[in-house]
Amino acid sequence: MSTPAKISLRNVHKAFGAKKVLQGVDLDVAAGSSVAIIGGSGTGKSVTLKCILGLLTPDQGSIVIDGLDMTTASRSDHEAMLAKTGMLFQGAALFDSLSVWENVAFGLIEGKGMKPKLARDLAIARLADVGLDADVANLSPASLSGGMQKRVGLARAIATEPEILFFDEPTTGIDPIMGDVINDLIVKCTRELGASAVTITHDMASARKIADRVAMLYQGKIIWDGPVSEIDQTDNPYLQQFVAGDIEGPLDLDLKHL
Amino acid sequence: MPIFAPVGRMFLSFLALVGRVTVFAGRTIGHMIAPPIYFRLIFKQMREIGYFSLPVVAMTTLFAGMVLALQSYSGFSRFSAESAVATVVVISMTRELGPVLAGLMVAGRVGAAIAAEIGTMRVTEQIDALVTLSTNPFKYLVVPRVIAGLITLPILVLIGDIIGVLGGYLVGVNKLGFNEASYIRSTFQYLEQLDVVSGLVKAAVFGFIITLMGCYHGYNSRGGAQGVGQATTNAVVSSSILILISNYVVTELFFTR
Repeated sequence: MSTPAKISLRNVHKAFGAKKVLQGVDLDVAAGSSVAIIGGSGTGKSVTLKCILGLLTPDQGSIVIDGLDMTTASRSDHEAMLAKTGMLFQGAALFDSLSVWENVAFGLIEGKGMKPKLARDLAIARLADVGLDADVANLSPASLSGGMQKRVGLARAIATEPEILFFDEPTTGIDPIMGDVINDLIVKCTRELGASAVTITHDMASARKIADRVAMLYQGKIIWDGPVSEIDQTDNPYLQQFVAGDIEGPLDLDLKHL
Repeated sequence: MPIFAPVGRMFLSFLALVGRVTVFAGRTIGHMIAPPIYFRLIFKQMREIGYFSLPVVAMTTLFAGMVLALQSYSGFSRFSAESAVATVVVISMTRELGPVLAGLMVAGRVGAAIAAEIGTMRVTEQIDALVTLSTNPFKYLVVPRVIAGLITLPILVLIGDIIGVLGGYLVGVNKLGFNEASYIRSTFQYLEQLDVVSGLVKAAVFGFIITLMGCYHGYNSRGGAQGVGQATTNAVVSSSILILISNYVVTELFFTR
């Protein structure tokens, strides 16, 4: 890789009891690049993301971010890493007890100690970046549609101008048109910030649009990793089947009970 | 032995639970004394736990004081000790009924609400979101609730004690024919500072237990709506049992000489 890796995973293992979810994940995310981790349900995409963020501790292996191994880093180093990351959750994970602008400004007020009035102005600017009017700022997250909640989640993720962005299934649960709007916003925001991005998705249209590189996770390992432009030329039968969405193929789809 | 194996498993899982709750309590206390402290959230929780629990505590203690006056009068009249009614009401309310009834009512109202709110935050990834926004969930969610419980329960119990005594007074004067002035004099004649203080200490202990159990079960809930429902039930049941156990322990500490 020509540019130094912003995030580097080596031989990452994670098991829950007898269930081995990650069995030696190796992955590099170059600075300023956007990587999509694709794979079927239950292949460990979310677990990989949670291990990178430190929400789960891997059983084995290293996760190096900006040259620092997060599996052995101190709490302050870990907090410093989180301060330069933003995350869009699958269900947006907006705080019900706070208004929309308070959600967007949360990282600015609680994480960076910004005065609420200034943070509110910035939050409204961020809402505008994701195509939402200032009118929604005082609403409760529960009163928004799924697509609007995702956009608020995106505004919250980019509010602190992070160096690294994580997107967990950004288009899941919303209609294809709104999904495309979210994809465009992710591309725009990531480029404007110059951030490195990791997206986990099973939506190939989303992966093609958002990512520079695609890594396919299957049975706890990355089985294919390459530029997004090479997806359709690959001779990897697993990736071919996943991209085509075929039932027949080498992927074990666990459909025994159907 | 097939008979002993399940018993042993249950005992071991109980010990593991005690260990997890103890570690959770230790972490909570550690975060309570280390900055940052979210005072704004503490005041908000004091309003939720204290102010909004006032009606239910007031109703409970009012009728407890009233029934206590009635029962003790009918019982004491068997050996001509009716004059002790006011003293019995005030000592029972301050030492036992005030803190225990308020504790149990707040456990049902607040403990369940805390477990449901934090449990929902857990299963909807809001707690993970807090972490990614550089905010410690323990400091942001658990500590304000526990501090608010520690402060507001004694205040609630003090108010409940007064209302309970008032209930006894209303029945004593209006139904049982006591003289107003003599009932009030009897109320304060044998009341000691320790009676009230021990009740307030119990209330603080119960406040800690209720909020800690609510937070613990909510924080560790798993498995969607069913998990949140289970967490809510566990929070109320465990805090109610612990209130009754700790009530005995604190009574031992104060009154065994």
